[in-house]
Amino acid sequence: MNNKLDKFFVPILSVIFGLLIGALIIALIGYNPILGYQSMLNSSLGNSLSIGETLRTATPLILTALGFAVANYVGLFNIGLSGQALAGWVGSIWFALVFDGLPKIILLPGSILAGILACALIGIIPGILKVFFNTSEVITTIMMNYILLFVSTHITHNIWPKSFMQGTDSTKIISNNASLRTEWLTNLTGGSRLNLGFLLALIFIILIYVLIKYTTLGFEIKTIGLNPIAAKYSGISLKKTIVSAMAISGGLAGLAGATEGLGTFQNFFIQSQSLGIGFDGMAVALLGSGSPIGIFISALLFAVLKNGAPGMNLAGIPPEIVNVIIAIIIFFVGAKYLIKYFITVEPKKEVKGEENK
Amino acid sequence: MNIVSILTLVVSSTLIFSAPLILTAIGGTFSERSGIVNVGLEGIMVIGAFSAVVFNLSFADKFGDATPWIALIVGGIAGIFFSLIHAVATITLRADHIISGTVLNLLAPSLAVFLVKVIYQKGQTDNIKQAFGYSDIPLLDRIPFLGQIFFSKTSIVAYIVIFISFVAWIIIFKTKFGLRLRSVGENPQAADTLGINVYLMRYSGVLISGLMGGLGGALFAQSISINFSISTIAGQGFMAMAAMIFGKWNPIGAMLSALFFGFAQSLSAVGSQISFIKNVPVVYLQVAPYVITIIVLVAFLGKYNGPKANGTNYIKSK
Repeated sequence: MNNKLDKFFVPILSVIFGLLIGALIIALIGYNPILGYQSMLNSSLGNSLSIGETLRTATPLILTALGFAVANYVGLFNIGLSGQALAGWVGSIWFALVFDGLPKIILLPGSILAGILACALIGIIPGILKVFFNTSEVITTIMMNYILLFVSTHITHNIWPKSFMQGTDSTKIISNNASLRTEWLTNLTGGSRLNLGFLLALIFIILIYVLIKYTTLGFEIKTIGLNPIAAKYSGISLKKTIVSAMAISGGLAGLAGATEGLGTFQNFFIQSQSLGIGFDGMAVALLGSGSPIGIFISALLFAVLKNGAPGMNLAGIPPEIVNVIIAIIIFFVGAKYLIKYFITVEPKKEVKGEENK
Repeated sequence: MNIVSILTLVVSSTLIFSAPLILTAIGGTFSERSGIVNVGLEGIMVIGAFSAVVFNLSFADKFGDATPWIALIVGGIAGIFFSLIHAVATITLRADHIISGTVLNLLAPSLAVFLVKVIYQKGQTDNIKQAFGYSDIPLLDRIPFLGQIFFSKTSIVAYIVIFISFVAWIIIFKTKFGLRLRSVGENPQAADTLGINVYLMRYSGVLISGLMGGLGGALFAQSISINFSISTIAGQGFMAMAAMIFGKWNPIGAMLSALFFGFAQSLSAVGSQISFIKNVPVVYLQVAPYVITIIVLVAFLGKYNGPKANGTNYIKSK
């Protein structure tokens, strides 16, 4: 019962509360919330172009959310998704620009792998610090977000040769052989930027589902997350498993960055802030309670909200309201005790003086 | 440039860059000493900066020179209200501290820019007219050599902020309130058994962090950015968190680390004017605070990873 409550009622009620409070805010500033939401839906799902863009928005969210979930299964918080995705973006574009002339069959997978590997390595760092020095992965990943942000600007300005660049702050467009875009997806969705990255994201939903549910590594990851001490005494190598989970987590974030680079933008341009897909991905994973299917649905929902932002703008409402709604939804997911308190008829009796992590 | 004017420039800009970090880092210390992890400092600073700038723009004509000071307090109060979200979520509703802190960080910039657009019909505010500037500290600036470097054309607020860090140290380590605050962060169950109201102490810790973070954001907006936009607060909250850890959850330590981080930031800001660091790639100075924090955590902190019950929820037995 409790599990069902966590997985279905809490997310659904959180979304409803988020949308209602959002409506209240819109009404308070003197606009019609129903018109706002209508215009939002129209902007994200109104025609094939906007549906394509919404699926495109969902792509990196699915991948970063899967990354967050894998780390979370082993009991870690990977807050560094945005830095890792940024590194994946830089890595994939770097590969694509250096090996410009290669045929598509090598260049595209190579660029994607470059992005994934760069981030798997980066993801390993907080994992290693955690298992050998017991350093809080929350803090190391937050710090690494900023390190990677500044380093990416440094690489763009000072390391890449002039021949890569178009102006001072962005690279030139990658060759067609490194692009994730395909004609059929573009044509199918009326010229949107939807690309093969979306199919990759779908494949990885299945892969991660299989990993967690049917493989030894997945079993070990889950066991450590549930009880590290029991896992240790049953012979699971904590160090190896935690580091592997962080590598997978980072690699998924890197893939998210690579789909942004090779699919959506086709180049790299310097970022002034941490990438939004990092924290949004974390939000998606939390709303989807970490399950791959939940993540898929949540990512679609958030993509509808995010892509609907311009619609809000058309209705005269500042589009930032969409992110406010997302934050409120995650507040309720986090504070699920509130929802449980109201829908559980007889609250479970608490263990005396229990300290709950 | 001669050596004195270089030092004057570096010292004053270090102080100006550090002061908001010091305030926020002290706030974080109060929260985490009470056992509530606060990764939402960044969001709290955003709200402080936003409220201070809006107040400053609206009331600069009325209050004149006093405006930045009043706006500072307004920012602090806004910070208290905003941190209430974190307090209710983590203490009363037993939410995970990291998730709740992230909610603050997601919510603050969107909400602030949303309100800026509602109020001003554009994405960023105008520049404020009354800001914290540079001034000489009377008498002390007459000390030969040192006076010119440390006390002329400098930031008075920064010296007040440094003084506050000593006050915070006394509160945390030498008062009854501080002892109780630390006890609920180390072992809430034992503290509860002794009759200490764990929830009250933890609420105090988080709300003080809201006050200090709000002040920090308000100070940053009124001394460095001068207006409010989505990129006004970009990482300062996390840097303050780093300073808190680097300072081992001690207000004076936090102040010293924040000064050091401010020094790194000021070198990257004024470095182009100083010949011998002109050629150092700016990226080294930019990443220094974050790299150092990781190294300190790994190498020097060892077993001490902050208050023992930090990050755990306390559920009172019935």
